[in-house]
Parts: sequence; structure tokens; C-alpha cells
Amino acid sequence: MSLHDNPLRDPQDRRLPRIAGPSSLVLFGVTGDLARKKLIPAVYDLANRGLLPPGFSLVGFARRDWEDQDFAQIVHDAAKQHARTPFREEVWDQLSEGMRFVPGSFDDDDAFERLAETIKTLDAERGTRGNHAFYLSIPPSAFPVVVGQLKEHGLAQAEGDSWRRVIIEKPFGHDLKSAQELNAVVSEVFDRESVFRIDHYLGKETVQNILAFRFANGMFEPVWNSHHIDHVQITMAEDIGIGGRAGYYDGIGAARDVIQNHLLQLMALVAMEEPVSFNAYSLRIEKQKVLAKTRPAEDLDAHTARGQYAEGWAGGEKVIGYHQESDIPATSATETFAAVRLDVQTRRWAGVPFYLRTGKRLGRRVTEVAVVFKRAPHLPFSKTATEELGENALVMRIQPDEGVTLRFGAKVPGTAMEIRDVNMDFAYGGAFVESSPEAYERLILDVLLGEPPLFPQHEEVELAWEILDPVIEHWAASTHPPDAYPSGTWGPKSADDMLARDGRAWRRP
Amino acid sequence: MKTDLTDTNASEVAAALVRARRAVGSPAMGMVLTLVVVTDDAHSYDAMRAAAAISSEHPARVLGVIRRSGRGSAGLDAQVRIGNGSGEAVLLRLRGELTHHAESVVLPLLLPDSPVVVWWPGQAPDDPAADPLGAIAQRRLTDAAAGRSKSRALLAAARSYTAGDTDLAWTRLTPWRALLAAALDQTDAPVTGGSISAERGNPSATLMRAWLEDRLGVDIALKTSTGPGLTDVRLTTPRGDVALVRPDGTSATFILPGEADRPVALHRRSLPELLAEDLRRLDEDDIYAATVRHLAAAESAKARPRPATKKATPKAASPKPQAAKEPSTSKETSA
Ligand SMILES: NC(=O)c1ccc[n+]([C@@H]2O[C@H](COP(=O)([O-])OP(=O)(O)OC[C@H]3O[C@@H](n4cnc5c(N)ncnc54)[C@H](OP(=O)(O)O)[C@@H]3O)[C@@H](O)[C@H]2O)c1
Repeated sequence: MSLHDNPLRDPQDRRLPRIAGPSSLVLFGVTGDLARKKLIPAVYDLANRGLLPPGFSLVGFARRDWEDQDFAQIVHDAAKQHARTPFREEVWDQLSEGMRFVPGSFDDDDAFERLAETIKTLDAERGTRGNHAFYLSIPPSAFPVVVGQLKEHGLAQAEGDSWRRVIIEKPFGHDLKSAQELNAVVSEVFDRESVFRIDHYLGKETVQNILAFRFANGMFEPVWNSHHIDHVQITMAEDIGIGGRAGYYDGIGAARDVIQNHLLQLMALVAMEEPVSFNAYSLRIEKQKVLAKTRPAEDLDAHTARGQYAEGWAGGEKVIGYHQESDIPATSATETFAAVRLDVQTRRWAGVPFYLRTGKRLGRRVTEVAVVFKRAPHLPFSKTATEELGENALVMRIQPDEGVTLRFGAKVPGTAMEIRDVNMDFAYGGAFVESSPEAYERLILDVLLGEPPLFPQHEEVELAWEILDPVIEHWAASTHPPDAYPSGTWGPKSADDMLARDGRAWRRP
Repeated sequence: MKTDLTDTNASEVAAALVRARRAVGSPAMGMVLTLVVVTDDAHSYDAMRAAAAISSEHPARVLGVIRRSGRGSAGLDAQVRIGNGSGEAVLLRLRGELTHHAESVVLPLLLPDSPVVVWWPGQAPDDPAADPLGAIAQRRLTDAAAGRSKSRALLAAARSYTAGDTDLAWTRLTPWRALLAAALDQTDAPVTGGSISAERGNPSATLMRAWLEDRLGVDIALKTSTGPGLTDVRLTTPRGDVALVRPDGTSATFILPGEADRPVALHRRSLPELLAEDLRRLDEDDIYAATVRHLAAAESAKARPRPATKKATPKAASPKPQAAKEPSTSKETSA
């Protein structure tokens, strides 16, 4: 019975959650950090919220000599330790019945044959009906071989109504060329609707909040243009260092790790035109249009900045610098802070720069978009009255405390006429959020439901590289090392200078 | 932070709210709704706790209305609580003639513009929308399972249904309904009949039956089991039964014809969880409306005199004979 003629379903029945259809999730890289800290807990949380189909199965694949029970134990511990919702035995019982483990390495043909058999058995025993999703929580260098093996052993091939889907993690390449190569590998085996690229900093909830804010209100869109907006600042700051992930981070750096994906996606959502509808396709079209018209500022020396954290005191603790982290070569020129000015060449945004910055070991953990407005064209007050008045700003806080802040001037009580900035706050954290499902829960559920991803497809990934490649090449060609900045501060002086040149300053988030 | 006010009035309470808010240093008003809890001294503690627990998802101003004895002189005592959690709460104790005019206290304390929800955790009025407190709300939440007479409460609610009414006995069904809908997603055979087993007088079972009959257009038998709550829902198809069986109140078995039985977690949810679900949408619940309309229609059809007496036939719960046999209903108890 299809969803359309099921008499128990009704579009008006909005209490009913969408439970994914019969399916399994095959997890590559179960021993990894991501799998244990995020993916397995997300699967457990989904089960606990009653959103996984009865008969849902979880298959682990790793080069370990394990039995199903050993794998179940790993899952049990990971779920118990990291899940967001309380641990319940009956939920666990439901999950553990569907756990299977396939030992083997990625180049082992026998292992993939066993995986194919395991999946067939699940279809028979658990009613997964040929629907399987493959989560590649593995180093990107291993993608080609695993995707190749999936194809070789018929695992990527769906029969009849069933589906096969693949989920890949960032980084999606390290420049335009490598991104295209990666896409060639994946798209040869899976069609575009079956490929899910996750951007976990930008959960679907965030994307939808921004869209609702911009397009459900009559109040903001009329001023959302160069007539009223002076510039936009997009910040993603982390307070932690690279924390033992030298192998992943060194040679990649802040721009590739964060700007290419998270910040450019955020920028696209803020800058794009109104989509004709909110389906994934129309959204993608608008994001691609705006990304295609976005370029770094001409003078890359004047309008980019990069830095590396040096030792210092961060949040009351003494921390080491980037060069002192283990496995980082003393000569490493990888940036841990990056800032760029981008210009969007459209009528709406002409003359409105977008400043993007990200870094590790900054003042605090925060992600936000600040839309800074032009000053009122005329102020009928004395100069001293408005001395402390800044520019009006609208700040969309993404994390940790999702919400909206409006900054405007108000009279200081008790003074003759003294105007100063005040904040008005709205927190999503409290309002409405169904105790904030983790981005990974949303993603895994979307994959199983076959919801077209709001996450980027390869065109967007490639457009983003086109924007960033000139900056990265410019930095690579430079003889200057990145500027050092003390840990726990808001980045190198060069970043401040970069805005000062335009007569502006970074907001302290 | 708590402030007690004796022999007070609504404007003093409102002033105390503003003072308390200033004192804890959070002048921001992020609250999205006013929740009026109509309760009594014995149940106010649990009800206010459940209401406070939903504040993290729906920051609300919670107004607890406690009607004390209607005798003696009219008066109001209040307690304002602000601090922990993202909302604020006021307990209003009404005495004397004021107990008949609770809305006069509540009205000035509603948050501007935002929606009002009235919740009767215990006995609810027969016609919630006609109640003076119910009349100021967009959403009226009752709980048929908590009333003095469960079946009567549900019938009254069904007869007086007004857009915006909803009952926690309905909310309790959501996970069951979701699984049954998922089961039919996976079955392409038509449903020809079915049965429900539940504790005697369980209002959720009555609603489940009405929903299934309304959606599927078949008769569903209602049987009594020892509970807890709903224990078994079974839909007959030519291929065999689609069923959801939960004997223990925590985990269930999901049964599809031709497939292995599968365990699913299906625990009974706590009051805050139920409330949070209900507050997620504040527009009319069309499916609930259709369900209670079906229920009211079925009851008035039953009320008309019929030739056979109820005791004579065990299948009396369903007006027409069952379309198909149910092979696996072994623990059938007399209805
Ligand atoms: N962790 C994060 O927060 C994060 C954030 C963003 C993106 N990502 C991305 O997510 C993916 C996984 O990240 P991670 O942090 O979990 O990485 P990780 O801790 O290094 O884990 C990698 C996994 O791949 C397995 N593996 C590697 N080579 C293998 C081979 N030849 N044969 C079989 N198994 C092999 C490892 O198994 P062994 O235990 O046997 O080595 C391990 O389970 C990567 O693509 C990463 O870029 C992670």
C-alpha cells in the first residue's frame, strides 16, 4: 500500500510523525570517533523517539575480529554514554535484535560478499525489503575504494521499489579539482538523489529557521538589501584547538574545513533570493544562483587574513599553540584562523561586503550571522547624545544558543538625552524546539525517509570551491607565514586591519 | 524566586510578576503562550510540575487556578514564581463568590497577543468551550482518563466538541497510531475488520476504535483485557492480521502478515511529554474532530432502541457482524 492510499494517513494528521519505512543502515568506520560519538547515539535517539521502523537494522563494518555481540556492546556503550535521550532497556532490546557485524577491510572482496549476504538475510529475517543506506564514516581517501566495492558487489544496485543510498562526510575534496574527482567516483555509482552530503553544523532546523525568519515575515525582507544593509558578518568560532586531530587538520586548515562548506552555505541562505517554493530543488537553485555570483574581493592581501593560534590563556586554562600540538611540523603554514571578504555581484547586494571568519582557540564557541544596517541618514540629536550609538544590527545566532538578537539605540534612563545600544533577544532554545534533535538525527531520518536533502549537492560544493580556490592559492603562494594570535582572543591583528581598511570593525560575538 | 500575596487582586499579581522578573535580571520576554491550569489543592502540585516541565520546549506563563470553597467572603491569594526554567508561574487561590468568576482574575494576567491554552488535569466541564475559562482559550485540553467517570467524560467531550478541544486520551494514542499507519504503509491488502483490547473503560481505546472505524470504514470490536491501558490492536486483512500487541505497557510486538514479528518500544508517556506534544500545534486538530464526531454519531445510533439486548450477543460492541474471523484473538474476555 503506498503512502497515498493508506486510509490511516491524512495530511491533516499532523500529530503522526513520519516513521521511516523498513530499512537498514550500514555503517563503515564504526570504530571511529564520529560513529561512536554522534552516529550511534543519533540512531539510538531516533529509536527512542519512535521514529525508526520496526525491523530497522544496523550493520557495522570494520577491520576487527568481532561477533555480532561485540558490535552490539560497542553500540550499547556509545548509546549509553552519548545519547541525548534517556537510556531505556526496551528501546535497546528493539535495536539490538537488528544488529549485525561484518568484519573486513575495504579491499577485501570476501568481506563485501559477506556484507551482501548479511543484507539479503536481513531482508528475509527482518523485513528490510532491500532498502539500505551506507554511511561512509571513513577517511575521504577511502571513499573511492568503498564506493567501488559497493558497486562491484551489487550493493549499490536497488531492485524494484527498493532503494540504496549513500551518505558522505565532509571534506568534499580539498579544491575544485579534487571535488570534481570525488563526485565523479560517487555519481558513477549512485544517482544524485541517493547521495547525502552532511553538513552537521548546519542542521536542517537551522536552515529552516533562517528561511522562516526571512520569508515568513513581512518586516525584514523590505530592508534586506543594499539600500539598508551596510555589511554582513558571518562568524564561526571555536574555543577548542585541533585536539589530537593533526592528521585530519594539518594541510587542510580553517578555510577548507569551515568556510568552504558551513560559512558559504550560511551566506547563501542569507543572501539568496526568495525561492519559488520550499522544496529542496527550488532552494538549491537559489543557493546556486547566489554562489555563482559571489567572488572574493579583488585585493586578496588587503581583504583576507589568516592566522595560527599561539600558546596563551583561554577560558582560564593555559593552552599550547598550534605548533606545539603533537604531530604538527614546526614549519606548518596551515591556518587555524581565516577571514575573507566576499562580494556578491547582484542588484540586491551591490556594495554590501560579506565578511566571513572562522578560527580555533578563539574567545568563545559561537556561530552567528550579523546583518549590520546603515546609520539613519539624519539624526535629530546633538552629537554628544548619539556618541555611544552604534549601527543597528540583526544577529541570527546559530549556536550554541540559537535565536535572534536585535540591536538598536534607546535612551539611557535619567539622562537628558543620551542614546546607547540595547539588545532585544529571542531564543529558539526555549521556544518550540522539540528538545533540539541533533543534526545527525535529522539527517539519518531524512536519508531513511528519502527526503531530498537540504544539504548541498555537488554543484554547490563545486561553486564554493570556485569562490575559495583563488584565496587558498594566493595564500599558498605567499612567503608570509600565517599571523600568530594568542589563544583565547578573537584572531590576529591582520583580521582587524582588514575591516578597518573598509572603515568597519568586527562585532564581538 | 517566590512571592506570596494574600488578599490580593490581578493588578497586584501583574505588578509582582514584573518585579520578580526584574529581580532575576531577565527583562526579555521570550514566552510563547499562556497556560491556564484549572486544578484543586490536592492535585495542583503535580499539575504545576508537569506544566513547568514543558517550559523548556514551550516557554509559557503558567497560571494555576485553584478554586477553594465557594462559601465565605470572596478573596484571592496568589504566589508568583520566577527563576528556574524559561517560563514563569502564578498560583491563584480563589475563595467565596470569586470561584465563580475565575476568568476575571485570569484575563488581566494573559500574555499579550500570544495564544491561551486551558488545561483541566482532573475533572473537566461537560462543555469546555462554554466554560468561562475555556471560552478565552484557543486550545482546551481535557483528560478523559482523569475524570470521575471516564466514559461519560469522553462522551460529553464528543457531544460538545468545538474547534480547539482536545483530550490527552487522544494524545496518548499518537505512537500507536503512528505504528499502525506505518504498518498499513507496508501492507497492500485491504482491512476488513479488527479488534481492540484494553483495560475496562479506557477512553483511549474508545477513541482508537472510533478513529479506526472512521478511517477504515469497517467495524472494530472492543474487548476488555487486564491492561495496562491499551494492550492489543488488530486489523484483519485477507492475508492475515496486522497487529500491535503490548501486554506490559512498555514494549510491543509489531505483527505483519508473512513477516517475522518484531519488537518495538512503546512505553506509556509521562504527562509532560503528552503536554509538550499537544502544545506543538495550536490550530484545530481535524483528525480528532472527525474521530469524536464519529464517536458521538455511533453513540446516538446505539442509544436508539434495538431488538437484540446487549448481553445476548458477545459481539454486541459492533453493530454489524464481523466481516472476517480473527484467528489469533485467544485471550478474548467478555465485553
Ligand atoms: N569526527 C568528527 O567530528 C568529524 C567532523 C567532520 C567530518 N568528519 C568526517 O567523518 C569521517 C569519519 O571521521 P572520524 O573522526 O570518525 O574518523 P576516524 O576516527 O579516523 O575513523 C575512521 C574510521 O575508518 C576506519 N578505517 C580507516 N581506514 C580503513 C581501512 N582501510 N579499512 C577499514 N576501515 C578503515 C577506521 O577503522 P580502524 O579503527 O580500524 O582504523 C575508523 O573506524 C571522515 O570522513 C571525517 O573527515 C568527522
